[in-house]
Amino acid sequence: MSPSLAPELAGRTTRPAGPLVIDIAGVTKLYQMGDETIHALRGVSVKIHRNEYLAVMGPSGSGKSTLMNMLGCLDTPTAGRYEFTGKNVATMVDDELADIRNREIGFVFQTFNLLPRSTALANVELPLIYAGHSPAERKAKAIQAMENVGLGARLHHRPNELSGGQRQRVAIARALVNSPSIILADEPTGNLDSKTGVEIMALFEQLYAQGNTLIVVTHEEDIARHARRIVRLRDGLIESDGPVG
Amino acid sequence: MTRLIYELTESFRIAFAQIRANKLRSVLTALGVIIGIVAVTLMGTAIRGIDTGFNKSLAMLGDDVLYVQKWPWGGVEDWWNYANRPVIMPDQADKLNRIIEQTPDTLLEVAVPVSSRSTSVKYGENKVSGVFTIGTTAEYGRLISADFSEGRLFNETEANSGRPVCVLGFDVAEAVFQTRSPLGETVLIGGYPFTVIGVVSKQGSFLGLFSFDNQAILPLEAFRKYFSVRRGAELRVKINDKTRVADAREELTGAMRRVRGQLPGERDNFTINEQGAFKAQLDPIKQGIALAGLFITGLSLFVGAIGIMNITFVSVKERTKEIGTRKALGARRRTILLQFLIEAVSICLIGGIAGLALTYTLVQVVSVTLPAIPVEFSVSLVFISMAVSIATGIVSGFAPAWGASRLDPVVALRYE
Repeated sequence: MSPSLAPELAGRTTRPAGPLVIDIAGVTKLYQMGDETIHALRGVSVKIHRNEYLAVMGPSGSGKSTLMNMLGCLDTPTAGRYEFTGKNVATMVDDELADIRNREIGFVFQTFNLLPRSTALANVELPLIYAGHSPAERKAKAIQAMENVGLGARLHHRPNELSGGQRQRVAIARALVNSPSIILADEPTGNLDSKTGVEIMALFEQLYAQGNTLIVVTHEEDIARHARRIVRLRDGLIESDGPVG
Repeated sequence: MTRLIYELTESFRIAFAQIRANKLRSVLTALGVIIGIVAVTLMGTAIRGIDTGFNKSLAMLGDDVLYVQKWPWGGVEDWWNYANRPVIMPDQADKLNRIIEQTPDTLLEVAVPVSSRSTSVKYGENKVSGVFTIGTTAEYGRLISADFSEGRLFNETEANSGRPVCVLGFDVAEAVFQTRSPLGETVLIGGYPFTVIGVVSKQGSFLGLFSFDNQAILPLEAFRKYFSVRRGAELRVKINDKTRVADAREELTGAMRRVRGQLPGERDNFTINEQGAFKAQLDPIKQGIALAGLFITGLSLFVGAIGIMNITFVSVKERTKEIGTRKALGARRRTILLQFLIEAVSICLIGGIAGLALTYTLVQVVSVTLPAIPVEFSVSLVFISMAVSIATGIVSGFAPAWGASRLDPVVALRYE
C-alpha cells in the first residue's frame, strides 16, 4: 500500500505573513488560436505575501498554467496590473523579465528540467552564472544549497545517475540557490511515485519553516492541502481563495 | 562585464560537452569546414610558393642584368617588325664596353656576350642531350651569383685563346660522371673534346620550366670555332645600381644605338629585356590562380557553412526545452545567442585546426617528395585560417542562434 500524500494537519504551524511580494489585479490573458480567441484568464486578482505557502488548483483549462506562467514572469498579462515587489512587471521586456526570474523566482518543474550533460553541482550553479557570481562564490553557494536538500554527497553525479526524487531535489536546490523571493513549483510530485512525493512535500514543509515563500501549482487535492492557503481557478476566474482547514 | 565573461566560459564548456556528446555528428559537420580550410590554406601555400619560387628564379637570372636581344621576351604580335633586325654579334659587346669605359658616371658596369645552342655532352658511355650550351667571356663570372661546387670558370687568357675547356652545370656533371670527379676529364660537347675545369653548384630550375643545372659554359672563342655564332648572341649588361634600372636602360639604349650605328629617328633594332618583364607576365597568371582559388575555396567553405547552419538548427530544435529552462532560470537573449554561436564557432574552429594540420602535413609531404612544386607554409596562414573558421561559424550559426534567443520561454518549456 502506498503512503498517502495527504498531510497531517493537526499541530502544524502557520508562519505570519510578511510584506507583499506579488500583487495581481484584474489580470486577463487572451490567446489567439487560429480564428478563435481563448480567454485563459478573465480578470484575476491575487495578493501573495512573503512567508506564504500557497497552492494554485484547478482542472485543466482553468487558466492554472497561464496564471503560473504569469506569476513566474514567463509571460505578461494582456490587461491588468502585475506588480512584483512593487515593480510593474506587466510592461517589462524580455531581458528585464529574465533578470526578475533570475533574482526573484526559483522554478521547480514537473519534469525536473535538469541539463542532462552537466553534474548536479553545475546544474545548481546555473542561475548564479546568469546572476554574475564568481566561480568560487558559485561553488560555495551551490554546495550549500545541495546540502540543504540533503544531497551533499551527490555533487558530481549527472542527472541520469540520480533517482527521480534526487533529481527533483537537485532542481529544488537550483531553485533555492539564488535566494529568490518566491519558489514556484509546477506539479512538483507529478513525475514521482507517492513515497518520493511525500519526501518532496516534507522538504517543502522544511523550506517553508526556514522562511521561504512557496507557490505550488497542482491538480491534486492531497498535494494542495500541504499549503496554508489554496487558490482555486475555474474557467479563467478565481473560484475560491482561502486557508486550508 | 564579469557576467558576460562567466556566460562565455559557461558557453564554451557547454559547447565542448555538446560536441563530445555528439562526436560523430560533430566530426561529420566539421568535415565540411575541414575541406574548406584545406582548400583555403592550400591555395595560400600555392600562391605563396609560386611567389617565392618565382623570386628565387628571378634572382638566378640576376636582378641587376639587362638583356640586349633581337626579340622581346614573351612574344610579339607584329613579328615582321623584328624578323628583319640585324643579328646582334658577340663583338658588339667589345664596342659597348668601350663606350661604357668612356662614359663618365655610367650606370652600366660591363657587357658580356652570350651565344647559345643546344648540344649534347658525352663522357664514355654516358650522354646527355639537349644541354643548353653557351659561349661567353671570362666576364661572365661577374654576372652570376652561383658558386662553383668544384673548380672554377675559365680565365681571360683561356677565353681569348679559345682553349677547349668547359664548365658544366650540376645536373650535367652528375649525369655523365655520376660519383667521380669531373675535373680534368675530357668530355665531348657536340662531338668535340673539352676539358672540364669547373662545375656550377646546384641552382634549381626557373619556375620548373628551365633548369639552370642543365648547361655547359664554353669560352666564346672555342664556341665560335666549333659552333657557328652567325645566329648572333645576346649581350648581358650588368648595371651598377639596381634602383635606377630605368635610367640604366636609357643609357644602354643610347650606347647600343651607337654600337649599331643607328641614325637619329630610326627605330631601335634591338630590344632590352629585363626580368621585370617576367613579373608583369606572371601577375595575371597569379591573379587567375587566386581568383579560381577564391571561387573554389569559397564554394567549399559555403558547403561547410551550410553544414554548420544545419547542425545548429538541429541542435536548437533538440534543446528547445533546455533553452526554455535556461530562460526560466534567468538567461537573457544574449546568453542563448552566444551559447549557440559559440557552439557553431567551436565546431568550425575544430574543423579549422584539423584542416590546418592536414594542409601542414600535405605541404611537408609535397615539399619532400615533389620539390619542383613550389609550396610554402606560413604563420600568416594559421591566422587567416583561424579567422576564416571563426567567421564561418559566426555567419552560419547566426540564424539558428538568433532564432533560439527569440524563443518564447513558455512555448520552449512546453516543447517535448
